[in-house]
Parts: sequence; C-alpha cells; structure tokens
Amino acid sequence: MDATDVPSPVKKLINSVEDVVEEAMAGLAAAYDGILTAHFGPNFLKRTDAPVKGKVAVISGGGSGHEPLHGGFVGRGMLDAACPGAVFTSPTPDQMLAATEAVDGGKGVLHIVKNYTGDVMNFEMAADLARDQGIAVEAVVINDDVAVKDSLYTAGRRGVGATVLAEKICGAAAEEGRSLEQVAALCGKVNAAGRSMGMALTSCTVPHAGKPTFELAEDEMEMGIGIHGEPGRERMKIRPADEVTEMLLQPLLDDLAPGSQDEVLLFVNGMGGTPLLELFILYRKAQEILRNRGISVARSLVGPYITSLEMAGASMTLLRLDDELKHFWDAPVCTPALRWGL
Amino acid sequence: MANGITTATALRWLERYAGILAENKDHLTALDSAIGDADHGANMHRGFQAVLAKLPGLEGKDPGEVFKVTAMTLISTVGGASGPLYGTFFLQAGAGLAGRPTLSPQEFAAGLEKGVAGVIQRGKAAAGDKTMVDVLEPAVAALRKAAEAGELTPSALAEVAAQAQECAKATIPLLARKGRASYLGERSRGHQDPGATSAAYLFTALAETFALQTPKP
Repeated sequence: MDATDVPSPVKKLINSVEDVVEEAMAGLAAAYDGILTAHFGPNFLKRTDAPVKGKVAVISGGGSGHEPLHGGFVGRGMLDAACPGAVFTSPTPDQMLAATEAVDGGKGVLHIVKNYTGDVMNFEMAADLARDQGIAVEAVVINDDVAVKDSLYTAGRRGVGATVLAEKICGAAAEEGRSLEQVAALCGKVNAAGRSMGMALTSCTVPHAGKPTFELAEDEMEMGIGIHGEPGRERMKIRPADEVTEMLLQPLLDDLAPGSQDEVLLFVNGMGGTPLLELFILYRKAQEILRNRGISVARSLVGPYITSLEMAGASMTLLRLDDELKHFWDAPVCTPALRWGL
Repeated sequence: MANGITTATALRWLERYAGILAENKDHLTALDSAIGDADHGANMHRGFQAVLAKLPGLEGKDPGEVFKVTAMTLISTVGGASGPLYGTFFLQAGAGLAGRPTLSPQEFAAGLEKGVAGVIQRGKAAAGDKTMVDVLEPAVAALRKAAEAGELTPSALAEVAAQAQECAKATIPLLARKGRASYLGERSRGHQDPGATSAAYLFTALAETFALQTPKP
C-alpha cells in the first residue's frame, strides 16, 4: 500500500489537506472555463475576459470554505477576480496584488473586504502595494452581522451575507461604466443598508484541523453564529423553524428599523449542510413577518451562497432597497453561482 | 563611514534573525498558544526560512532592495496578521533607500523609524496595547539615540537589545487591546506577548551581527 492509499483522517471527499484549495480552484475553473480562469502561485480566480478595458474592476477574497463565495461569483456583472486563502484563513497580499494587476482595466479596482482582522490587514497591504504601482484602489469593508455586539469577539461586526449582495450590485455598476468612486460609494451604501444574522444546528470540520470547530449537542442550536463557527449570542434548545425565523429576523428589524412602506431584499442563506427544502420554510415565515409589518419583499435570494463548510444552519440578510439598488440587482449577471438576465 | 549598514550587514542581520527564530520557534508558539492561536513561531520560522533562501541572490543589491525583498517574501509566506505587519516593517524601512549601497547609522535608524510608523498605521496599535509596538517603538528610539552619537558600537547595540528584551517582558502584566489576544480580555494578563517577543529578537540579531563584524580592539 503506497502513501496515497492511506485513508484520510477526516471523512471528507478530499485527497490531501494541503491540496484542498488548489484542487477546488482547478475544478471550478474547469467546470466554468468560459467564465473564469484559475491562476496559481499566487492563487486567484479571474474573469476570463479580464482586464475589461475602461471598466472598474471589482475583486474580493477571503478564507476558503464559504463556497460559492467568492470564486463562484467571478464573471460578467459581478467579480473580476477572487482570492481564496486556505480554509478559514485570510489570503495573503501577494494574491490580491497579483489579482489587482491582472484585472485593472485602467479605471481602478475596488476591493470588497469582509471585516476580519487578517482579511482587513492583508487587503490594506495589497492596496498600498498596488497604489505604489500607480493602480487606483478603493476598499470597502463589509460588517453586517448584528450578532456580534454581544459575542466574544471585539474586532467589530463581522462581514457575512451582505457581502454577496454587495458583490452583485457593485459588479453591475462597474459593468455599466460607473467610476471607481461611484462603485465604492455604492458598496458602502449596500453595507449601510444590509444586516445579517446566522444560526447553526451543527458544527463544521476544517480539513487541516480534523475535528469539529465547536461542539453542539444533538438537541441544541447556536444563535448568532459566525461563518467560521465563532460563538454567537446564545446557545439554546432547538426550536421549530418558524420560531428560529423570528429569532433571526427580529434583530435585523431592530437594527435596520425599516419603515412600513420600505422595500427590502430578503436573502435566506444556507450554511452548507441545510437543504433548500428547509430554507424555503424559513423564507415563507420571514416574508409573512415582513408583510405583517407592511414591509414589501421586492427581491429575494434563497440558497447556499456564503457557507461554512458542511455546517447545518442558516442566515438571514435584509437589504433595504431603493430604485438604484433594485436596478443593479436586476442587471445581467453570468457567474457560476448567480446567473440571470442574459 | 566605517560602521554604516552595508548590504553584507543587512544580509547577516536577517540571517541571524532567521537563526534566532529557528532556535526559538517553539518558545514563540508556546507564548502564542497561551493568548493567541499557537502559530506565531511556526509562521515566523516559515517566513524567515523563505527569506533565508533568497539572501544569497541579494549580495549585489543595496540594503533598501534587501529589505524590500524581505518584505515581499514575508507577506506571501507568513500569513495571518504577522505577515502584513512584519512585511510593512521591512517595506517601509527600505522605502526611499534604493540605490544607496551603504546607509549611515542615522539613515538606518530613520528607515527603522519609518518601519515602526508603518506597523502602527497597519495594526492601529498604540504603546501599551500588548503588541510588537511595545518593543519596536522604544527599541528603535534607543537605536536612533545610539546612531546620533555618530556610530553604532557593539556595546550600544547590546544595550538596545537588552532594552528590547526588557520591553518584551514588560508586556506580561498588560491587558491586550489588539489582535486575537484582545478577545481574552482580563485573561490576557500574565502572559508575554509573542509578537513583542519576536520583535525583540530583531535587536538581539542586530547586536550579534555587529559584535561579530567589529574586530575587538
């Protein structure tokens, strides 16, 4: 029996923990070769036709394990490039620098960064290096997770569901020829108008850690969980879906305080291990709660878009809409994970 | 300029620093497992082994280029927050020095001051937050004072190194206000900061470099 026959220590469909990210990148690029291309050393995924001359480029990145975020959102109308780090670990500045150079079409590059200390610092460094080379770079940090105020962590609200919406909306604005300043301002607007909250039914296992990130009993759930299994607001006995929906939605309504005539986008996200069947049960209840308050759900998104490996659970994101945001949300998009209007 | 910073000095400094990190990587990781995520020793060791591999190719370059290559190597190999922080330190230290084959003691000190300013800007830590800034800021100030005397002597640098070690130890009672250790709140007290510790080794390495290259009278 040679070394490659040794069974994996974790029950996952992987070959070796060292190769997880690169092999997944290669597979994604092979499956969608008309849309994106994989580059290795440093690692990034790039829109096949980038750089698009005269267009602001939009890039993002972060630890792997949240697929389809970010690589699955590379393509026309969304991201020009995505930089995957190791699982749950920030990418390094050389990746973002190389991606920035590769996609700059002469109108500058927007970095969309989720609010985690490592991500913020590594993206800042990349932006400095790119500016030294004469590339205009703006960065917007997404911090929409309302759970964090009372959690253990102190680096501020985490960036979660609103990241997906910001990538779609900013990508569309860039495609329509908006300037770097305008696209960055729009990103800030999405962040300011978006709020999220998540929950978990089970933990997840980082391949190189080999054991679950945290422990949850069979009859427990964790409210306010982060996308890396960071502690949330409260651990409690599991409740029916409608009650969980209320517990996820209420903090968003408290924090965003939408008025009774407001329109919102309701995004019900799966954490990786929860089927669509259950996500639609949450969506149905959330829409009913909103309707009873006179808030109209003008746009929706349901599915696993920002995941936490195989964690079972869900998160909910509310984005307050106006005509501009609706316009860019509806604009054509062609990526592995989001595709419409074409 | 008998004791300015030549390329050879810069290379020997980095080589010695890589050696000290290799000798102390388990110690750094032990410090980090108490208040962080137990990877500082391994990360710094990996980063400076990568730097070490590049040093032979830098012999014909100037010190500014040596620091820049060091920075770029660190940011792609160390990861986490230490990669961008140490990367920024060397990137800023080498900025504006291109084409200068030898740096005067004052220029070298000024470069390191820029490095410290870069770290403070990147990490947004202030003195007393229980970070590498608690060592870098006073140690570079001491180095600047030594440089103002006209030349960097082995004994002056040994004093700078000793002061850096004291500053690292002085982080033990502090409450961490930045980085992962800050999540521990009061529980961060009673532990020496790993980043401050690895920063102090920079000055140990510098003192040892000068002790070796200056002939005894």
